[in-house]
Amino acid sequence: MANKPLLPEMMKTHGVSRRAFLKYCASLTSLMALSPAMVPRVAKALESAPRPSVIWLSFQECTGCTESITRSHSPTIEDLIFNSVSLDYHHTLQAASGHAAEAAREQAMKDNYGKYLLVVDGSIPIKDPGYSCIAGISNLDMLKETAAGAAAIVSVGTCAAYGGVGHANPNPTGAVAVSEIITDKPIINVPGCPPIPVVMTGVLAHFLTFGIPELDALGRPKAFFGESIHDRCYRRPFYDKGKFAESFDDEGARGGWCLYKLGCKGPTTHSACATVKWNNGVSFPIEAGHPCLGCTEPDFWDNGGFYKPLSVPSGDYRKMGLAAIVGGAAIGTASALLSKAGKAKAVKAHETVNAHDLEKSS
Amino acid sequence: MNNPAFDLLMWARGPGFDIALVIFVGGIVLRLFEISILGRKRDLAPAKGNGFLQGLKTIFSRSVPREGLVKFAPVTYIGGYVFHIGFFVAFFFFAPHIALIDDAFGISWPAAGRVIIESVTALTVLALLALTYSRFTDPVRKSLTTFDDYLVLLLSALPLITGYVAVNKLFGDPTMMLAVHLLTVEALMIAFPFTKLMHAVSFVLSRYYNGSIQGRKGAES
Repeated sequence: MANKPLLPEMMKTHGVSRRAFLKYCASLTSLMALSPAMVPRVAKALESAPRPSVIWLSFQECTGCTESITRSHSPTIEDLIFNSVSLDYHHTLQAASGHAAEAAREQAMKDNYGKYLLVVDGSIPIKDPGYSCIAGISNLDMLKETAAGAAAIVSVGTCAAYGGVGHANPNPTGAVAVSEIITDKPIINVPGCPPIPVVMTGVLAHFLTFGIPELDALGRPKAFFGESIHDRCYRRPFYDKGKFAESFDDEGARGGWCLYKLGCKGPTTHSACATVKWNNGVSFPIEAGHPCLGCTEPDFWDNGGFYKPLSVPSGDYRKMGLAAIVGGAAIGTASALLSKAGKAKAVKAHETVNAHDLEKSS
Repeated sequence: MNNPAFDLLMWARGPGFDIALVIFVGGIVLRLFEISILGRKRDLAPAKGNGFLQGLKTIFSRSVPREGLVKFAPVTYIGGYVFHIGFFVAFFFFAPHIALIDDAFGISWPAAGRVIIESVTALTVLALLALTYSRFTDPVRKSLTTFDDYLVLLLSALPLITGYVAVNKLFGDPTMMLAVHLLTVEALMIAFPFTKLMHAVSFVLSRYYNGSIQGRKGAES
């Protein structure tokens, strides 16, 4: 893999013109929220970027992240960017298997120690390391060993970034995110279930050109995760007008009205879905008529139900309410009866006095 | 990695709401049972009017200010009306609130647009400020005001303000502001049965009692 051609040669073989390449650089620059003046720098950096060795570790995951990234339509330039890195280890994509595969990882680590980029998808079980092993090595050990020589780590997908579905209640495997184990390396979180391909390539391109991008409090690149789905949603005008779909097959659903009442988590979800979209810009979940699940946020599996509106309590509150009515009625009745009894007792205890008695006592 | 704002929101939507609901519903039912069971002393004098009808009438007639009183205390009356109507509209016609009622009782109605909800909310907060100001400046009202009144004013204002901030993303993390909004509502729910906020329910009983007692004695409300 070390003798791969550089990007310009690859573009030539794939019939990508320089004009198309610069156009891509311009869109990438704007996507990364950089100044347009940076376009030539991005182009130059991508053209001459030394191909860093990339080791991709897949732990407790569903391969959805890899599926998503390989779904970028070939031959797109995103694809070429991916090809321009030296992907030295990736279970699903590499041809080698068994010992040969592990040898490739060890070789890449040895050759590029301190310089390679580590990409992780999937969560790491820490309850019992035996829950998930690769070639007899537990995920925890492999992550620690591989992270030691990495220049930086990219946690791809919500499982690697925040624990994801493995971490969801009751978390039987004790699944955790990469950042809970590795604390001495820069980590870029690219959450999503799965993440958008172009966001992945954008983050890699940023890493190649300008290093680690600016991150938010949850370790996500601000350029892609700075705005909420709700603020960028094309259905937002319906929310503002108070027009909502009440079911998946009513006038509102057919008319493309807001999906808030069907459980849309857009207001609390930060992602580029509404602007960058999926499948080469075709659409995104809300455009397909489904509420946003909030998959780029930590613990989104435990947000009280995908189809429950954000404003609705997540627990079984009706039972609590009924119990409160019964309890309140019982205590109220008891308290009132006690007061009545006290009153009757007080009346009974009244001594009858007349003016003479009073005069006597004073 | 956890998002503290999200965790707080989930607490507010989960255990926080359950606790507030139990105190809110349980407290209201408790007080209503107490009030109804204690009742009133039987009036043994022959009735000079229909106490029942006058009681019912008073429930509504007390919502209309007496002649001259609006001029006498304009801030109290106008501010009071704006606040009560505004709070009602902001609560019952904002879509996320309707979604909650729909989930709880299975009934829903059309939501109002953003312009209406937000203008009404802003007006309601202004009315509350005016009412608070008059409590500070009018010596009579000031001497009548207790800590309970200020607490109730604050508890009523906070959900309106935090809701406005959360929807418009004025400051703070929007998820955190949504959580804070829910927590302020829960504080209002918890205080409701044990403060003057209870008047939102008990006004029916107190007005009926007043109207029927006087009505029985022949006074028209």
